[in-house]
Amino acid sequence: MSANLRVKSSEFIDETHRISFKFNGKTYYGFKGDTLASALLANDVHLVGRSFKYHRPRGIMTAGSEEPNAIVQVNDNTNRTEPNVRATEVEIYEGLEASSQNCWPNVNFDIGGINNIISPFLPAGFYYKTFMWPTNFWEKYEFFIRHSAGLGKSPTEKDPDIYDHRNIHCDVLVVGAGISGILAAKNAAKNNLKTLLIEEKNELGGATINQNREFNKIDNQSSSDWIKKEINELKNISNLEVKTRTSVAAYHGYNYLLARENLTDHLEKKDKNNKVRQRLLKIRAKRVILATGALERPLVFNNNDRPGIILSTAVKKYADFFGVKCGEKNVFFTNNDSAYESALCLHNKGIKVDAIVDIRDNSNSKIVKAVEQTGIKIYWSHTIVDTNGYRRLSNISIMRLSNDGMTVTGKRINISCDCLGVAGGWTPAVHLFTQSGGKLKFDEDNNVFLPNKYPSDQISVGSCNGNFNLKEIINELSIKLKEFLKIDQTDFDNIAIESEEETSKRNIWLLPTDKAIGKTKPFVDYQNDATAKDIKLALREGFRSIEHVKRYTTTGMGTDQGKLGNMHALGIIADTAGVKMGELGTTTFRPPYTPLTFGTIVGRNVGEYFDIFRRTAMNDWHIENKAEFENVGQWKRGWYYPSNGETMHQAVQRESKAARESAGILDASTLGKIDIQGSDASEFLNRVYTNAWSKLAIGKCRYGLMLNEDGMVYDDGVTTRLGENHYLMTTTTGGAANVLGKLEDYLQTEWPELDVYLTSVTDHYATASVCGPNSKKILKKIIPDLDLSDENFPHMSFKEAKINNIKCRVMRISFTGEHSYEINIQASFGKALWEKCIEAGKEFNITPYGTETMHLLRAEKGFIIVGQDTDGTMTPIDLQMGWIVSKKKYDFIGKRSLYRSDTMREDRKQLVGLLTDDPNIILEEGAQIVSELNQNPTQMLGHVTSSYFSPNLNKSIALAVVRGGKDMMGKKLFIPMEDKTISVTVANPVFFDEENKRLNA
Amino acid sequence: MFIINCPYCGERDQQEFKAGGEAHIERPKQPTELSDDEWAEYLFMRKNIKGVQFERWNHAHGCRKWFNMVRDTSNDEIKLVYKMGEKPPLE
Ligand SMILES: [Zn+2]
Repeated sequence: MSANLRVKSSEFIDETHRISFKFNGKTYYGFKGDTLASALLANDVHLVGRSFKYHRPRGIMTAGSEEPNAIVQVNDNTNRTEPNVRATEVEIYEGLEASSQNCWPNVNFDIGGINNIISPFLPAGFYYKTFMWPTNFWEKYEFFIRHSAGLGKSPTEKDPDIYDHRNIHCDVLVVGAGISGILAAKNAAKNNLKTLLIEEKNELGGATINQNREFNKIDNQSSSDWIKKEINELKNISNLEVKTRTSVAAYHGYNYLLARENLTDHLEKKDKNNKVRQRLLKIRAKRVILATGALERPLVFNNNDRPGIILSTAVKKYADFFGVKCGEKNVFFTNNDSAYESALCLHNKGIKVDAIVDIRDNSNSKIVKAVEQTGIKIYWSHTIVDTNGYRRLSNISIMRLSNDGMTVTGKRINISCDCLGVAGGWTPAVHLFTQSGGKLKFDEDNNVFLPNKYPSDQISVGSCNGNFNLKEIINELSIKLKEFLKIDQTDFDNIAIESEEETSKRNIWLLPTDKAIGKTKPFVDYQNDATAKDIKLALREGFRSIEHVKRYTTTGMGTDQGKLGNMHALGIIADTAGVKMGELGTTTFRPPYTPLTFGTIVGRNVGEYFDIFRRTAMNDWHIENKAEFENVGQWKRGWYYPSNGETMHQAVQRESKAARESAGILDASTLGKIDIQGSDASEFLNRVYTNAWSKLAIGKCRYGLMLNEDGMVYDDGVTTRLGENHYLMTTTTGGAANVLGKLEDYLQTEWPELDVYLTSVTDHYATASVCGPNSKKILKKIIPDLDLSDENFPHMSFKEAKINNIKCRVMRISFTGEHSYEINIQASFGKALWEKCIEAGKEFNITPYGTETMHLLRAEKGFIIVGQDTDGTMTPIDLQMGWIVSKKKYDFIGKRSLYRSDTMREDRKQLVGLLTDDPNIILEEGAQIVSELNQNPTQMLGHVTSSYFSPNLNKSIALAVVRGGKDMMGKKLFIPMEDKTISVTVANPVFFDEENKRLNA
Repeated sequence: MFIINCPYCGERDQQEFKAGGEAHIERPKQPTELSDDEWAEYLFMRKNIKGVQFERWNHAHGCRKWFNMVRDTSNDEIKLVYKMGEKPPLE
């Protein structure tokens, strides 16, 4: 198949620049300026894919982003492979490789094609009806469906390309650079408005650029020449930015729009590297002018989906723009004048047009008369009743339409043809308008939905607003622009215009045939294989809502969102149900208008930039000392420090032992720190914590538990009274920002009378926590002049001190149960402090430990971790921490909820310790707990929340929440696992040093 | 994505703000006096209006101030913003 289907050199195609590309493994040639679709058509390749359900052969149908069939995979076998790309939008470049999707083993022989033969058994809702039962068969069905349907392959390697985001603020955004968009942008910019003009194609001018020259004139020139001159002038306008190959994907409220700018997809492979491939434009526009144009509709008739059946304007565009004829024997099928313009275009280029089949009974418009003069045979009041040709259209059968358009009469006439240009009228592209929240109205005369109520500062102009005639478009544009932009005049006021006038219309949503509908295949949604028959079936089965019919039949649910067929679907529903289309409403168009790549969506936020990492002042030391890290909130925290090839378990066991036997050191900088000042600071703490704070002496520390208003534990930490009206609160690492937000909320909204000021100082201080029996000796070496005696500096107190003249705050507090100190220092000295501690601790084998050992040590002591041992359903009573809940205080956040009937239930889940009968078995965190093994259904009593092997006790220990657990001390429970059942005994959650002797050791 | 006119900072992108639920629900001054039902009414029950709704918002990534907003939830039109403690407009 090397037929040369180039008819004439085109000014848009550079025939001196030949390009080779591969499609389905075969090499073809095209020219610079070709799309993949035009180049394939030039090579007489029509069959490009298979349909989704029936695997019917499908060809290129359009010349734009609305393409439903020619969906290809671009660049096979590399990490740049991309599925679901429209061949009509791919500009060819040297080395391009593309392949058909949705066919296996290949496009010419497709095993799923059997679905076409068994299609009487694949009606609407087939997938819902069939694959729902028996339920356990779903996995088998899924395999079958995925294997035979599969919409393209996703890349298996990392995306090598760079993507970007850009924020743009402008006075006026114009979407679409057809004649309306160009004139709107030009006049906005000339009136000192910062203007952005966006066009999805690589050239400006829209349909006007190849409009019929004879019948469309502006200022006594052909409209196509005139628009070229206008485009040329755009370059000289200073505050106008024009972006081509850019598609507006979403139009949100408040004139916030997202657009994808395509920068390198059309370049040769070697030119793509190290350049931004696609850029997401985040546009905030004061005003938006939508000039998105209109999409030509197909017609719905029996077997209207064969390769070779193409929209009439696409046939014209391929001929005129790309110099490609779509067939040798061309026929048009129409209900309006567009097909005549296409036919005339082909005729003038020397491409033979055999016939035009028109469902109207006549038309007197100039263009129709011009076609009649060429001698092209016109069949008035006729419709196509069938088509033939499996991989390519070979002929059509037509019959005379009855006056009411419901039936056909007479004899079939067969016409041989390999290209059928279909013209079903125009659908204004109102997708972006509706995305923005705009409401549509139905125009009965033209059978179109038009913008009615604008939700923001925007207008729709041109054919997306229902103006299809050049004269009408320009006249109305002038009036609208003046009003919308508040300008006195445009540069095209009163310009002389001649244009085609359509004189006759006829619309039939579903064209009749001589066969029963059950025996026909009139496709409405090509991509999803939904036919008119399916829609009628859905209505018979009782579906009424358009949204339900759409989902049941999958009409409009493909990647093209039914851009071509949605109107027909609505029309057929309205006709069948006997309602007016305007009353039916439309389905919702959702972003994106055309699919976006993940790369564009995430932009530069990939890899280490995916989320923000926070690192402590000691981070470099942790890295130098081979720490493994753990993400806690946004923080990178040292997890454990393996030495000499230790496993995590080995490292944690060593660290845990060292901390209790001699000395350990932990980077505690990530704990949230909130500086609280003001004359009501004590009262404020009384209200936010469960315990009492008024009597805490200056220089003392206290542990506090914070609840939500629903009584559930929210956060915890130690707060130190630094002065009369000055406290330093610590929070959990992950909870810091939320706690500050919550406290601010209460201060600003519930208790504005309190004189309290909150400042986050988390990042301002670095904290080294030194613990263990030798911690005091180490402190003595670092801060020799600080009196560390228990009398002067007891447990739960605070001292200000200086290390090498640097002020620091030292708290004697403990999360491990060991004698320990937390030294807080200005963050910039954090690493120096840490190194000083390590140096001073050397003789005591001071051992850096990470979060895992910290968790183990606190679990030995039965201290909870909010978020691990609690999950937003635990009250302090459930945690057996009633001791911290003040009975005397009148109120605190969450107090009232502790007395609700539900929170006072005895059989709530309560925190307990668990000991395994076999001390070497370590329970799995999250494991379920039962009291009886042979129960049906098994009653789950709770689950394990924390579990470790304690090197200091030489046995495994666990914390768990168990229904009614606080009265189960000593009771045997079971933990059924996949391969065994583990017996455990309920124990006191404080496993180690119950008397707290070590705190003062 | 709205543009929100923070009463303290002026117009900013919605990304800087956090929504805080229905406005003008005052925390009871004497919670212990309330029955379980009355407390539950305060704690759990919120309107979720399609239409004009009074809401709390926080300029979380800005001045950190809480304020009130009157918003039509059906089209996201912000009718009014006003400071905490100020009376809600009658209509
Ligand atoms: Zn603010």
